[in-house]
Amino acid sequence: MSEVLHQEKSMIAIEQIRSQFPILSRKVNNQSLVYFDNGATTQKPKSVLDAIQKYYSEINANIHRGVHTLSQEATDAYEHSRKTIADFINAEHAHEIIFTRGTTESINLVASCFGKKFVNAGDEILVTEMEHHSNIVPWQLMCEERGAKLKVIPVDDNGELILSELKNLLTSKTKLLALTHVSNTLGTVNDVKEISSLAHKNGTAVLVDGAQAIAHTEVDVQDLDCDFYCFSGHKMYGPTGIGILYGKEKFLNEFPPYQSGGGMIKEVSFEQTTFTTLPYKFEAGTPNIEGGIVLGAAVEWMKNIGMKNISAHENELLQYAIQQLKTIDGIRIIGEAKHHASAVSFLIGNIHPYDVGVILDKLGIAVRTGHHCNQPLMKHFNIPGTVRASFAVYNTMEEVDKLIAGVKQAKKMLS
Amino acid sequence: MSEVKSIEAVEEDIVEEFELFDDWMDKYQHLIDMGKSLPLIDSQFKNDDYIVKGCQSQVWLKGDYSDGKIHFTCDSDAIITKGMIAVLLRVLNDRTPEEIINAKLEFIDKINLKEHLTPTRANGLVSMLSKIKTYALAFSGNKI
Repeated sequence: MSEVLHQEKSMIAIEQIRSQFPILSRKVNNQSLVYFDNGATTQKPKSVLDAIQKYYSEINANIHRGVHTLSQEATDAYEHSRKTIADFINAEHAHEIIFTRGTTESINLVASCFGKKFVNAGDEILVTEMEHHSNIVPWQLMCEERGAKLKVIPVDDNGELILSELKNLLTSKTKLLALTHVSNTLGTVNDVKEISSLAHKNGTAVLVDGAQAIAHTEVDVQDLDCDFYCFSGHKMYGPTGIGILYGKEKFLNEFPPYQSGGGMIKEVSFEQTTFTTLPYKFEAGTPNIEGGIVLGAAVEWMKNIGMKNISAHENELLQYAIQQLKTIDGIRIIGEAKHHASAVSFLIGNIHPYDVGVILDKLGIAVRTGHHCNQPLMKHFNIPGTVRASFAVYNTMEEVDKLIAGVKQAKKMLS
Repeated sequence: MSEVKSIEAVEEDIVEEFELFDDWMDKYQHLIDMGKSLPLIDSQFKNDDYIVKGCQSQVWLKGDYSDGKIHFTCDSDAIITKGMIAVLLRVLNDRTPEEIINAKLEFIDKINLKEHLTPTRANGLVSMLSKIKTYALAFSGNKI
């Protein structure tokens, strides 16, 4: 009974939430859009769209420079957003929040600066087998440059990290461990807190790719005790081209600059330049002011709904989708970790994921197909790719039903 | 020996065939069925030398030149991609290099399958088409 009540309660809220997303009422191929590609990017609520409009209509000016009122207002809004984001992930200081272009740039920044400062020939960097390419390649390049070695924590057939291996892989040479909070393909939630603690006991720094976690679960960087946490605005109801690097003050202060230019200097002469303090040291040039301000609006929107409510609703969708998919003969779920969030990957028999994606698109259902920038992981499972449905707070049980009907249709046409 | 139809005539045939379907499902079923008649590449050539890599699906393509014409054999790991190859090869296979070079392939638009030939699909078809044209350019110098 309580379950039924809960469902009804969440249904009412979901309709109210859906009405805030103009794009959700559009048609695709003459069908109502069912958007299950949230892992790639989420749609944007009206408050976020309004914030973009408001920024350019009312306060557009360059920040941190002018003495005029508009510049002051834009600067205040930008810095207010930084504070909002710091509070959202419970960072100790607002200056530990660096605005970047997205998760990829955040990881590149750390790889480059950490590498220059702390990594020498013979050192080791650890990643996991389930990392997105953007949390593999920057480390690979840095290792090549520094003469270091990249090592990999393997994944088991359920899509969970084999943590017993971690103890062997962490050595006196391991300078940093980079891992994802939530796998973009498998939906596996890694125990970042436990892994961070193990790494820190070994004197190893920890970077977390939070791109697939930040919109789906509560993130408390002090509780996780990671040294770096990276995420993208567009995967959390905000705009593209803006992202965050959270870094512990002690590391960021020791890092050399990443990019140089205006805004990040203290004094410049032709003989020597000195650099300014955090966070501006890492924000050279005119930043994405609109993106930074609007990301704050996106965070406010999520806070209003409540991360616990978002998680609970998405979890219901996920469990229902998995349960229903399993009723279809020949379905193979890729990744059945005990702690699972936000996305489910599957295959229908030997049918190529691309073919399934094409048929679902014809039915107005947007899913992701392919290797999801996870080629080593696809190799592990010996598959060309998967079909991935990933959820957001505005998705409904009825949409999951449409997905299941679509998968059955695709199976019929493609078998 | 019957006259070989021109590229334009074959294109027109295909457009007429696809016009019979009002429903997208029937159209796609037809496309999938066409894929089953593809002149398959010999499995020994399904290797890196003949692969056209797409992000989503893979295509293997081999062109052989004889009697002044190019004869293609092909395959893909996705059956809708295979169907699209079959449509394209029905027009472009066993043609002279010049015919291939000059083919406009505007019929793809008329049968509403152009979406499969956009680079964002990353299914290997766009690269496959340019590989077909590269074969044609390479063989256009041959006078056997």
